[in-house]
Amino acid sequence: MAQASFADQGADLELSGIRKEFPGFLAIEDLDLVVPAGSFFALLGPSGCGKTTTLRIVAGLEPPTRGRVLIGGNDVTHLKAYRRPVNTVFQSYALFPHLSVLQNVAFGLKRRHISGADSDAHEALRLVELDHVADRKPQQLSGGQQQRVALARAIVNRPSLLLLDEPLGALDLKLRRQMQLELKKIQSQVGLTFVHVTHDQEEAMTMADTVAVMNHGRIEQLGAPADLYELPKTAFVADFLGQSNLFRGTVSSASARSVVVDVAGQSLTVPANRSVRDHGDLTIGVRPEKSQMHAGSAQHPADHNVIEGGRVAEVSYSGVSTQYTVQFPSLGRVVVFQQNADSGGPVAAGTQVSVSWPIESTFGLHDHRTIDVTAAANDAQEG
Amino acid sequence: MALAGFANTSSRRTSAPMRRSRVAILLLLPGLAYLGLFFLAPLVSLVITSFEAPNPESFDIGSYVYSFQWQNYVAGVAEYWPIFLRSFVFAIIATVAALIIGYPIAYFIGVFLRGRASLQAFTLILVVAPFFISFLLRTLAWKQILGDDGWLVTTLKSLSIMPADGHITGTAFSVIFGLTYNFIPFMVLPIYASLERLDLRYLEASSDLYARPTTTFLKVTLPLSMPGVVSGTLLTFIPASGDYINASDDFLGGPSTQMVGNQIQANFLKLLDYPMAAVLSVVLMVIIMGVVTFYVRRSGTEDLV
Repeated sequence: MAQASFADQGADLELSGIRKEFPGFLAIEDLDLVVPAGSFFALLGPSGCGKTTTLRIVAGLEPPTRGRVLIGGNDVTHLKAYRRPVNTVFQSYALFPHLSVLQNVAFGLKRRHISGADSDAHEALRLVELDHVADRKPQQLSGGQQQRVALARAIVNRPSLLLLDEPLGALDLKLRRQMQLELKKIQSQVGLTFVHVTHDQEEAMTMADTVAVMNHGRIEQLGAPADLYELPKTAFVADFLGQSNLFRGTVSSASARSVVVDVAGQSLTVPANRSVRDHGDLTIGVRPEKSQMHAGSAQHPADHNVIEGGRVAEVSYSGVSTQYTVQFPSLGRVVVFQQNADSGGPVAAGTQVSVSWPIESTFGLHDHRTIDVTAAANDAQEG
Repeated sequence: MALAGFANTSSRRTSAPMRRSRVAILLLLPGLAYLGLFFLAPLVSLVITSFEAPNPESFDIGSYVYSFQWQNYVAGVAEYWPIFLRSFVFAIIATVAALIIGYPIAYFIGVFLRGRASLQAFTLILVVAPFFISFLLRTLAWKQILGDDGWLVTTLKSLSIMPADGHITGTAFSVIFGLTYNFIPFMVLPIYASLERLDLRYLEASSDLYARPTTTFLKVTLPLSMPGVVSGTLLTFIPASGDYINASDDFLGGPSTQMVGNQIQANFLKLLDYPMAAVLSVVLMVIIMGVVTFYVRRSGTEDLV
């Protein structure tokens, strides 16, 4: 039986060809995914992208329409949830209201008739620093405490795979930051495989070793947080993970080292190894903090892309940095984050400026911006 | 008014609560009057009656005077304890049977049909539908079916499944059957109300924590629906133990199935032994109160109800 495979270490998770249809819509299109054992993996995406459904399929709470789920190499696709070596920290916590905190934490151990369930449960409660409330009922605890009890209830079973379904969503910002650090600490202590579902890109980037960005039931891009941020492959990732300035143009010339794109009469260059394509229509982009703004005419280094003729439209000063929105007649709006390293106030709105950035910071995308993804991302934050 | 209460200065602080309490008493008056008139006064009168003795100056049957005749209770318990015992055994069996039948119905409507509002409403109407017909008529209808001339008994006899002199009516079975049947809606509705609110995510969490479906039912579903189970069993047990229709000769019972209710009725209306009828009523009431208190304490649902 699957219970026999409980281990002191995490197991790897493999999803192959997962598809999930609900009456009226397609939740997951065709998902292939490998999560290595012992890693902290984040599924990131806006609400409705299929990430929670993916998690429920792994937990066994939802059967996939097609495809296979493998945990530690064993096919568990047809195993019931209670036979899978998986535990979930639910978004709602789902702590049993009729049981004490201790009984909640010991629930899984008792179901598997493990001796010393209560002392293990106390130990798990000590790990989340809540052993002093062991005799209380969950509804007597604060939201943050309930979240930690839910975490203790899951990790006490030492599952091969721990699933976290937006467990920090209901917490306020300060508590969320604190819990992020604690989760990360606990994961490195217990060495289990964590799969964390979230719509908070900052949370995903600070906690996970590997992030998969999901959209419309597909994985758009998968990789280490820094790789995803530095080199997004699709417009959705470029917009959902941080902010981006995107320019759509046509490739005018391409060499082995660089691709030159004509964007509304301006020539912009992207390194060939940072561009998905080297012909036809191409959307290129750059992060706002890699860009620099220069008042008037200035000398630009040769290895920079330069766009001229802009006018500062909006200035948003936030102490450590200033966010400028620069309006270009041909290119639209470009956002620049400037560190306030020099003394002297920010550049005033209406000033004529040019914007430049290093060619090696430029990326070329697979597709083009179709919808206003920034708005979609904002919706996800609220949802 | 509530806002004014916060704004008041210290000198005026006392007036607002006092005014509010006067309003509260005014609003409570109709309810208190109703309770006093229709509950407290009859109860006192019943207790007084239970201590009455036959009028020594009159030979009329049914003429009694108050004389603190506590021996009435000794006589009542001594004569009727087997009938009390039978009443509670019948009521307990009927309650358990109604629970076994009613819980799955409530689960089906409240959990299985969740999200299909029209089907839920339809099945709930099916549960409540018998109420549209009088309690007496429904019980009489069962007498038609279970009686010696009914199709069930004649069929069973012609198939030799039942001996030629066998009966269904007049047996303990038919009385318990009638009690169970008549009180099932009282069992289903409160359990349904509990299960309908049951958060199914608890069941998922239980399944995620290695509990098989039966364990999930026993450890999560059942405890979380205990408020409904407690109210359902009380709503069945209390009226069933005092019921005098099902066990009556005219309906599903016979001489050997008499319950306390039948004896109270007979003493009041046929024997005109009012003190004995009152004694039986008071004893029945006290026993039920004791049983209910013990039951609610034991089921540990005070904080869930």
